Amino acid sequence: MSSERRPATKLVPVPSTNIIPERDIGQHPILETRHLGIDFGGLSAVSDFNMAIGRTEIAGLIGPNGAGKTTIFNLLTKVYQPTRGSILLDGIDTANKTTAQVNQLGIARTFQNIRLFRDLTVLENVLIGLHNETKYNLASAIFRTPNYWRREKIARERAIELLSIFDMQDLAAHKAGSLPYGAQRRLEIVRALATNPSLLLLDEPAAGMNPSETSELMDNIVKIRDTFGIAIMLIEHDMNLVMGICEGICVLNFGKIIAKGTPDDIQSNPAVIEAYLGKKKEG
Amino acid sequence: MKNNNSGWIRIPMPLRYLINLVLIVAVWFPFTSLMHAGVITNYWTGILIMVGINIILAVSLNVATGYLGQLPLGHAGFMAVGAYTAGIFMKATPAAALIKAGDTAALTPYIIIAIVLSAIVAGIFGLIIGIPALRLRGDYLAIITLGFGEIIRVILTNIDSLLGFDFTYGAAGLKRIPKYSSFTLVFICMVLTCTIIHMMMKSRHGRAILSIRENEIASESSGIQTTYYKTLAFVVSAMFAGVAGCLYAGYLGSLYPSTFKFMKSIEILVMVVLGGMGSMLGSVVSASVLTFLPELLRSVDDLRMVVYSLALVIMMIFRPKGLLGSYDFSMSRVLEKFINWFVGLFRKDRPGKKQKKVSEKAGKGGGKV
Amino acid sequence: MSLFFSQLFNGLQTGSVFALVALGYSMVYGIILLLNFAHGDIIMVGAYTAFYAMTTFHLHPIFSVVLAILVSTALGVMIEKVAYTPLRQAPRLSLLITAIGISFLLENGAQLLFGADTKSMDPIITGSVTFSGITISYAAMMTIVVSIVVMLLLTLLVQKTRLGKAMRAVSEDMGAAQLMGISLNKTISFTFAVGSALAGIGSILYLCAYPQASPTMGSMLGLKAFVAAVLGGIGSIPGAMIGGFAIGLLEALVSAVGLSVWKDGVVFAILIVVLLVRPTGILGRKVMEKV
Repeated sequence: MSSERRPATKLVPVPSTNIIPERDIGQHPILETRHLGIDFGGLSAVSDFNMAIGRTEIAGLIGPNGAGKTTIFNLLTKVYQPTRGSILLDGIDTANKTTAQVNQLGIARTFQNIRLFRDLTVLENVLIGLHNETKYNLASAIFRTPNYWRREKIARERAIELLSIFDMQDLAAHKAGSLPYGAQRRLEIVRALATNPSLLLLDEPAAGMNPSETSELMDNIVKIRDTFGIAIMLIEHDMNLVMGICEGICVLNFGKIIAKGTPDDIQSNPAVIEAYLGKKKEG
Repeated sequence: MKNNNSGWIRIPMPLRYLINLVLIVAVWFPFTSLMHAGVITNYWTGILIMVGINIILAVSLNVATGYLGQLPLGHAGFMAVGAYTAGIFMKATPAAALIKAGDTAALTPYIIIAIVLSAIVAGIFGLIIGIPALRLRGDYLAIITLGFGEIIRVILTNIDSLLGFDFTYGAAGLKRIPKYSSFTLVFICMVLTCTIIHMMMKSRHGRAILSIRENEIASESSGIQTTYYKTLAFVVSAMFAGVAGCLYAGYLGSLYPSTFKFMKSIEILVMVVLGGMGSMLGSVVSASVLTFLPELLRSVDDLRMVVYSLALVIMMIFRPKGLLGSYDFSMSRVLEKFINWFVGLFRKDRPGKKQKKVSEKAGKGGGKV
Repeated sequence: MSLFFSQLFNGLQTGSVFALVALGYSMVYGIILLLNFAHGDIIMVGAYTAFYAMTTFHLHPIFSVVLAILVSTALGVMIEKVAYTPLRQAPRLSLLITAIGISFLLENGAQLLFGADTKSMDPIITGSVTFSGITISYAAMMTIVVSIVVMLLLTLLVQKTRLGKAMRAVSEDMGAAQLMGISLNKTISFTFAVGSALAGIGSILYLCAYPQASPTMGSMLGLKAFVAAVLGGIGSIPGAMIGGFAIGLLEALVSAVGLSVWKDGVVFAILIVVLLVRPTGILGRKVMEKV
């Protein structure tokens, strides 16, 4: 385990069993799910998913392939409609909200299989993330009112600023699809950040990255949390990353939570070891 | 390719608009002068008017096809709606007498009302068909719009028997519409269409539309109300098709439902596809060429549609992005390049720039707007 | 009453033709998710083949029929090879535009070759039989019987044979089917061949009902057959049959009440309503067998 990571945060055990250890004392969580579940054609893909994430927590969602991790992201962002249960974002039930509305309420995400606007430039990708922040109407766009110029200028400056988190400001004019793989993953994070989220969902952010890139990414995830003061939840198979930066971890298998806790708890949890390595033959 | 902070000279925005205005007038003026002088005959004026109308049609379809990434096959239907709206409206006004008297000042308000009315009615139809159609996946949308186009035609043909009075005059055609579409009017409408659509596309609204084409799920996850923007693009596309229809009615003076068949929609689609989906310049160029070419090749008119369809297939197989891809022409950009090349001549630190710029310029001539 | 039954049989006759053509659309869509706009025009080519074989070359009707089916099949496979195979990885929009292009190429090519006018010929099958006041033409009877037999054969083909299994596998998951050793090219070509052969049969049945050929005869027929396929649930064999008969009967009904000029409008209006209420058609994807 990388020892130069930031020291473990003050984890405060919360009495409720269905909550990832809370980082923030005395505040209600940014996200809370209650008995969340979805069926695909009669088959339960996720069931009874209860979880809460603190306002500035970095949480990990791990589990074997096919455990339902991405399904949970899709439920949280309303790409899928839950069959059961409820999602509370900062206390607001998202039951009747669309994906776009959920984003406006504060959940942004990246995708396991990168979904960039490939034929548009890097800058345009981020500007689209800033869409709802860039406030002018169609008439001001057509007549090019001063408001249009002002808002566009602010948006462009903001986009460059966001790109500079990953030192990508010089790539602004490139087509997003022409970027190398790692840069595409980073751009997705920047685009998600541009929507000004309070919870950022990262789906396998380190996939396809080499160890040094991963280590840089870890620093950046923590940096993003610290600068923006937001909660981050990530799905990841790279255990160094998960154990290194996540404060609370939730382990999923067959659509159900099998363990929750701090990295240390998880590493010694027999149910987790069983899920990953299979049952021991004898005693 | 170029860095802002490395001494590249940019033309400021107000000046860019001025350049474009000068360019537009520079295109318009010679044409009108030659028409007044009689050098351009009425026959060729008519063709130039059709070029303008077809440019509006192609550029407007491009909004839904090239920018939004959907495939509506009922564009002729929206054009028909606009055409009949304008035709019926103008017949009810004293426009014919005003044209005869040459009273342009009194005529203008009627024309403006006709254009706006056509746009609104076509836009409403776009909304009615767009809201349900856009809920469906791509190919179903194509079919629904195709069906809609056919329904419009059937209605235009048969509505009179249902109403019990003459409204569209059915298959016999709506005749004696005042001929108010002059070259200048069509030219202004064309420029306005291109400008409005350009301004829309280079804004947050346009980016939202593009993002839907690129990746709908990512777009929605980035907070874009995709349904709203799809509908917007669709309605804008329909509205300008309505404007084209209005000008068409005022040019021909008579309208027949059979003009607005599925074939007409395909002709417009060919213009967009050949020019390059998502390129306004492409639509403009190919709409112009495809309107002129058949006139020059009158003798082989039978071959025209064969060549069109063959071109469509070959294009898709070998150059699916169209002749111009998504390249868009900007006079200011060319001027910027020229200025920078010129300045570069006097700068000792930028050798070797010269040759490259010259060849680049040579390859990109011949566009307007 | 007898008029009603005559109209009913008329509807069933045209419905059978729609159903056969709809099957072709459905199969092709099921396997490569392409609306094969050119399908209707294959019928037109088939009809011209039969027409010239019988009139200009005075071939025996049976030979003419076989020839028409063979030409349609060959044309369908050729279109697939030349125009659609190079675009298998391309965006759907490009494929759709190509299909539209091929359709217009065939229509305008035919116009150039055979002229724009409608070519009429003597009816292939004449005569009729009268049951208690209801007159049914032999042509109508044959059309309905032939189409039902063909559909049963097709169902058997898809359900029971190796190639049918391969077709279903490819339509389910192209990549996985390939990994299982199924030849994509062979299966797709076979699907086009079967679909186009159906179009060939459809063209003959169409000639039985309306003994004439014109370059644009395929476009409206094709569009309506497509509507039938969508109505029934595209990708489904029974769906195409139900859709075909439904459209045929609907048209007959609209004509029977004296609104025949609104026929085309009604067909498309029904399509739009069905798509909005049930976007997957009557036999939606969930319950249907994908071809």
